[in-house]
Parts: sequence; structure tokens; C-alpha cells
Amino acid sequence: MRHFYLITRSFPRILDLVYWPSIQITLWGFISNFFATHTTYYNNAVGVILTCAILYDFLFRTSIGFNMLFLEEIWSRNFTNLFIAPMRISEILTSLVITALIRSLIGLVPAILLTSPLFGISILDLGIFLFFLFLSLYIFGITLGILVSSGLLRFGPSFENIAWSTMFLLAPFGCIYYPIETLPEIFQKIAYVLPLVYIFEEARNILINQTVNIENVYYAFMWNAFYFSVSIALFYYSFNAAKNKGTLINMGE
Amino acid sequence: MKNLIEVQNIKKNYGKKEAVKGISFNVEEDEILGLLGPNGSGKTTTIGMLLGLLKPTSGQIFINNLKLEENRIQILEMINFISPYIELPKKLTVKQNLYVYSKLYKVKNIKERIEYLSEKLRIGELLNSITGELSSGQKNRVSLAKALVNEPKVLLLDEPTASLDPEVGDFVRTFLEDYKKEKKISILLASHNMNEVTRLCKSVLMMKNGEIIDQGKPEDLIAKHGRTNLEEVFLKLSRSNSEFN
Repeated sequence: MRHFYLITRSFPRILDLVYWPSIQITLWGFISNFFATHTTYYNNAVGVILTCAILYDFLFRTSIGFNMLFLEEIWSRNFTNLFIAPMRISEILTSLVITALIRSLIGLVPAILLTSPLFGISILDLGIFLFFLFLSLYIFGITLGILVSSGLLRFGPSFENIAWSTMFLLAPFGCIYYPIETLPEIFQKIAYVLPLVYIFEEARNILINQTVNIENVYYAFMWNAFYFSVSIALFYYSFNAAKNKGTLINMGE
Repeated sequence: MKNLIEVQNIKKNYGKKEAVKGISFNVEEDEILGLLGPNGSGKTTTIGMLLGLLKPTSGQIFINNLKLEENRIQILEMINFISPYIELPKKLTVKQNLYVYSKLYKVKNIKERIEYLSEKLRIGELLNSITGELSSGQKNRVSLAKALVNEPKVLLLDEPTASLDPEVGDFVRTFLEDYKKEKKISILLASHNMNEVTRLCKSVLMMKNGEIIDQGKPEDLIAKHGRTNLEEVFLKLSRSNSEFN
């Protein structure tokens, strides 16, 4: 009864219950479908999959890392202390963005080093464009982190579950392990307005075709700029909404 | 005496609910003003507005003659807050926490400031302890040290001695009295401990249902309502139309 009351009073909790199974089934359904019908697509399947897995993990770590920084302040009941310190919102965001980068790099370097001795694969095969792909993923990871933090500011700790699952929601549309053509047409339209698909398509293009399509890099940055701007605006909006609603005072309770 | 806090007719509505209904008050330099009232009377909302965590629906707040709405950062540099409902990061040592907040408040001589507060609040031996492993009394003194790290002109205290044993409670009250005298700061004290309020506060505001229902010096209020202490005055005022009456 206690949990029933808890769940029915919280939209984020209901959403959390519903979409986890849906997302898992969708993601692995597309992967299975692709491998069942396109067995000759990858000549060097392990290399491509591992490279994409590392890129995706970097995105995941960046986004979750950003959210974790924000959530840790809520869990430790330190949130109010931070927001009464003489810091501008831009300063809070900048410090979170830099800290999230450091945390992500700490996770990324061992992963890159491990793939070479274990599987004979080096992500550095992507060449100079690896930097642009990582930069693009970092910006999108940070963007997702800011969007989730905006939700935490606006709705309070009940938004926490969404923080953990944002990446899984987007994973099927990101075309991390399969080309965009694998998706149904309606999903393709959604995927094309996300930077992820351009990043992972380009990673596969470089590794499989040994060519560079600069358009993919350009579109990834263009969509990143759009979503990043939206996330910043939303964070400021949420901060003001929280000041009106009183969320900043009750955060952590 | 100069007013360090000036509150002019502030209101706060949450939707249709009026949490604070147009209250005004001042706190002078070198004064402790008590903010009393039953739960839900609007004390925390008022403090939230003074800290800039809540936007008043209407009205204005001035801290040291600066309008809060337009000078948030400048005001936050000269104000601080302590409450039993907020804590410092538990995994950090006391010293690390004080250092982090000194940095956030742009304290110039951090080492000297931490040493001064450690001595005054008797937390010197705790500096290398993990904050989360401290007792309630120790945590309280560390939180107080954090609240004083920027040498605030205005200190907002929300139940600063709640859950403390009488000895630690007395230590904190004595410290606050001495510190206020020494630094000439303004303190707004929200408390349910009437003995504490009588001892520390020059005057008090009694709030109920978002309004100030009475105010004055503790001894004057006691005489005015024909009671023997402030707790009886509090009970008399808060019980009128109360659900517990």
C-alpha cells in the first residue's frame, strides 16, 4: 500500500516502471534483427562493435557523471549550501561540466588501453577524427546531463530515476551498433534529429570504408549546438521555476 | 543603529495557498531577532526568501541596503545560513569541507580563518575526521563554522540547537552571543526553544498562518499577554483557532 501511494503520486516513478522493459526490448531487437539479416556487413565485427561500445560508454559516463555530481549534492543534503553560496548559475554549470569531463576521461583511458591487449584493437585507428567524435559525444553527454539536472531542479529528487535512464531511452535511436537503415522509417526520422546517429555512422564509416564523411561530423556538431543551447535555456528556466515553487528549499528531504 | 535586514511587505503564494501574507520587519546591526511560530506558519518560507532560494510573489528585501533581487551574488557573499535539515558532504573531512566553502566564499586567508573558527568552536581535533562520522553536536559546530567562514554580516539560523544535548546547546548559545557582540552582526533566529529565544533575542516576531500576529521584546510580550514566560505566550497565540485546541 505504501509503495502504491508513492508510485501513483509520482509521474517519474510511473514512467520509470513502464519504459525500462520497452527500451531494452527495442534496442536488442534491432541489434538481433540487423545481425540476422546482414551477416556480411562487418568484416571486422569485433573491432567495430568494441569501438562503438567505447564511444557509447564515454557518452554514458559523461552524462551519468554529470547527473551523479548533481545527485550527490541532493543525497548528502548539501544542495541548499551550494545554492546559497555566492555562485552564478553559469559558474555552477561550468564546474559541473569540467568535473564530468575529468571523471569520464578517468574511465575512458583504461577502456582504450584494455582493448588493444585483449582484442588486438585500437580505437586510435579512427585517427584525428576520433577527437571530433569524442568532443561531439562529450557535448551531447553534457547536454543530457544538464537536461536531467533541469528536471531535478524543477521536480525534485523524484526525477532521479529519469537521470539514470536517459541514455537507455536514446540508445535505440542512436544507432550505436547498427546502421540507421535498420530502424523503421518513423524511428529514422527521430534518429536524424539526434547527433548520435551521425557520430556512430561516421565511426563505422571510417573503420569499415576507410573514408571520412565530413558531413556527418558537421551535422553532429550542428545538432549538438542546438540541443546544448536548449539545455542551458531550460536549466535557467528550471532554476527560476524552482525559486517560485520552493523546490530549492526542500531538495533532499 | 543601521538595519542590515529590511523586509518590506513580502508575500509568497504557492498556487492559491498564501504561505506568507505581506510581512515587514527589520533587523538591526548587532541584534538577534527571534522568528517564532508553529509549524507551517511561514518561518522557513521567509528564510528561503531572505536567502534568495525563493522568489517573493511581491514585496522587497534589502540586505545591507542592497536589493536582493538585483544583487543576489553580492548579498550571498555577506550572508550565511545554518539548519539541521541541511548538511555538509559526509565523505569529506571537516577540513576539506571548510576549505571548499572558504573557496566558494572567496575567503582570503583560508588557513587563518579555519584555525580561528576551529579554536572558537572547539573543532580543532575534528579537522581530519570524516564529517559523516561526527556526532550531532560535533556536526552542529562544524556547520556553524561553515556558516561563519565568510564572516557574514547577516546570519540566518533555523533551529540551530535542535537535537543538541543541553551542554552543547548552551555552548552554541554562548558562542552566538559572544560572536554577535564581537562582530556586530545581525542574526535572524527561527527556533522552537523558547528559553533560547528569551536568552538570545532582543525582540521577537510571532508568526501564524503566514502573518505576524505579534512582536516585541520577550519581556514585553510576556507582560502584555499576562503570562510568566515566552512559551506560555507562544502557546496562547498559536492555540487560538488551532487544530490542537
